[in-house]
Amino acid sequence: MMGDSNAGQKFTASENIRHFLISNAVPIIFIGLSAAAIPLSGFSAGYLVQEMLTRLARNSFLVLSLLIPIMAGMGLNFGMVLGAMAGQIGLILVTDWSVVGIPGMILAAIISMPIAALLGLICGKVLNMAKGREMVTSYILGFFINGVYQFVVLYLFGMRGILSVPFTGTEIRIPITNPQLVLSRGYGIRNAINLTGIRRVLDNAFPFSMHLNIGGGTSTINIPAGTFILIAAFCVFIVWFRRTKLGQDMRAIGQDMAIADSSGIAVERTRIIAIVISTMLAAFGQIIFLQNIGTMNTYNSHEQTGMFSIAALLIGGATVSKASIANVFIGVTLFHLMFVVSPMAGKELIGQAQLGEYFRVFVSYGIIAVSLVLHAWKRMQERERARRGLRGEG
Amino acid sequence: MDGKVKKFIENFGWPRIIIAAFLMCLFASTPLVGVRLDTSISDTLVRVGMNGVLVLAMVPMVQSGCGLNFGLPLGIISGLLGATTSIQIATSADIIAKSGAASGGMKYALASALQTGARGPLLFASALAIAVPCAAVLGFVYAQILNRVKGEEMMIATYVGFSSVAVMCMAWLLLPFDSAVMVWGYGGSGLRTTISTEGFWRHILSDFGSITIGRFYVPTGMFLFFAFMVFLVWAFFRTKTGTAITAVGSNPEFARASGINVDKMRTISVMFSTILGAVGILVYEQSFGFIQLYMGPLYMAFPAVAAILLGGASVNKATMTNVVVGTFLFQGILTMTPSVINNLLKSDMSEVIRIMVSNGMILYALTRKTQVKR
Repeated sequence: MMGDSNAGQKFTASENIRHFLISNAVPIIFIGLSAAAIPLSGFSAGYLVQEMLTRLARNSFLVLSLLIPIMAGMGLNFGMVLGAMAGQIGLILVTDWSVVGIPGMILAAIISMPIAALLGLICGKVLNMAKGREMVTSYILGFFINGVYQFVVLYLFGMRGILSVPFTGTEIRIPITNPQLVLSRGYGIRNAINLTGIRRVLDNAFPFSMHLNIGGGTSTINIPAGTFILIAAFCVFIVWFRRTKLGQDMRAIGQDMAIADSSGIAVERTRIIAIVISTMLAAFGQIIFLQNIGTMNTYNSHEQTGMFSIAALLIGGATVSKASIANVFIGVTLFHLMFVVSPMAGKELIGQAQLGEYFRVFVSYGIIAVSLVLHAWKRMQERERARRGLRGEG
Repeated sequence: MDGKVKKFIENFGWPRIIIAAFLMCLFASTPLVGVRLDTSISDTLVRVGMNGVLVLAMVPMVQSGCGLNFGLPLGIISGLLGATTSIQIATSADIIAKSGAASGGMKYALASALQTGARGPLLFASALAIAVPCAAVLGFVYAQILNRVKGEEMMIATYVGFSSVAVMCMAWLLLPFDSAVMVWGYGGSGLRTTISTEGFWRHILSDFGSITIGRFYVPTGMFLFFAFMVFLVWAFFRTKTGTAITAVGSNPEFARASGINVDKMRTISVMFSTILGAVGILVYEQSFGFIQLYMGPLYMAFPAVAAILLGGASVNKATMTNVVVGTFLFQGILTMTPSVINNLLKSDMSEVIRIMVSNGMILYALTRKTQVKR
């Protein structure tokens, strides 16, 4: 194992290069894949740059929300979909009240924050009951809360209620007045919601565009500056947060829960805080994501959020136990580059765009599988070695 | 007496009692809401038979300590390969049989055998014969992965399953099938998303000795097959290998100390689970009447996992009773909620109830204190 721990030793240049290649294998493979697929797809450079900037703005916040639980040693927070659902509830209500523009976004955030905090609290408590298997538990919890979300949005939101408090006749419902949002039966939110009121308001808050001259043609690139300012602020927050007492506690817990506990850190409480922060940030991330897309699939938008964010982070070179801000941006860029070019590349190569479509699904799932395997394998080997050491063989 | 009740509740678990009571209420309320009780019970029975073997596929891996088999799609795609190949064989044979005896001796004899009454059983047997070795190979590879990630099998199994489904999505587009009933009408290549098993082996097990009284239908053959599989697994866990697998599941360190090859036992159990998954999906499809390809198998592990947990299994212990009780309770809820709740509330809430019951059950199992130690 080469690492910073034996920095006293001198490494040759070739060893250093090898170490760099091994520790960055995943991003390097994806750079190679993209390099092969971009010419095949036939997209212009200007188009791709524009597309990447849009997607960076759209997704970075969501992916950044994953960093804090990783710091606290809780692995990839598959429970971030909880936050996404909270964000969507905020957006539904704001759309119904027709609050538009930046105030609409802020109001949606204000509504979703307490919901996200509550869901995060539940998630944190559940995960504390399932230490050592946080990932699978948070994953299933995402499905479970999705059921609750569907119940609320499909049966409690509406112009009329179907459930009532027994014997009193009071309807249990969350009033929605805009008939365009409600299914024709009178309750339940429609599957597709047009977010015209807040579409791209943050992206275009500070209109900014530049001319880019690549590959012979000049193209105008619109930069969603407003969103990037917010993302930058978030990055500063994370850097600052790492240095606070709470951040240090989380890192200690991430290193070793038992030692952190015996040195007086409130392990369970800190873990809950990590998840609550992550969930709240994910709620805000989903609001940013949807203001860029402009339409919301009430029952599907959040489902893919967790998987795509996690796959992007891992492609950026992060692992289950270690992730940096750089991983986020590299990952989002590479993942979405592949996302954009693979259907076209598949079409050019085999004549079927559907194949490229399935290929990117495979990559999203496959990359998560491979990263999880590598991480678990490494951990198992370390455990074995520790045990051999105890037996006096190491 | 009081202590006894308390003990019973503790053993059985609150969620299970609540769900069993809920199911009883659903059955009891059928006359009140105008749903026929006989069709309800018969529907439940059909679905128990359909899903039984898929739930059974959880047992070997749970017993060997590999956790809940979220990688079930791996077995399912092997089953799908068997299913599609058997239909391809049938259509090729039909063409040969039509072209007359001139086309050749042995091939023609086989092809005309498929035109007789033995067509269904032969084709289903060939589907099984192709699916099982595929599942064994995939299961072996899958086991090698799981042996390297002890303690984190479940999350990895989920994503291994998902990735394999995505790989097969590409394969279904590219594999050289040319049967007209399976490939897309336009383009002439790539399999359809759903393929009917009508005319091949639809209801081949279900209708074997089936009983129909009015609207009441019992798929006897399917139950016999399910019972046979349950017996097979039960008997397997009473052999020397089976006992060794159970030992590995209960305490791997202890098993190793007593000379059991832990990795080998885990490999056998994973292969066994995967094979059962392949057989399970074939049983499912012959009753359902359709083969679902592409993203169809993606989430199929979750209902099976939920069912066995509902039956009282934990993350590292499962019995045949758990399988049967769990499948009945889970499929009962799935069958009964749409009809009864719809009539009651005039609204279809069954999907939401299904999501909450199945995932709630998995969550309950994952968070139980006694199960956390490994």
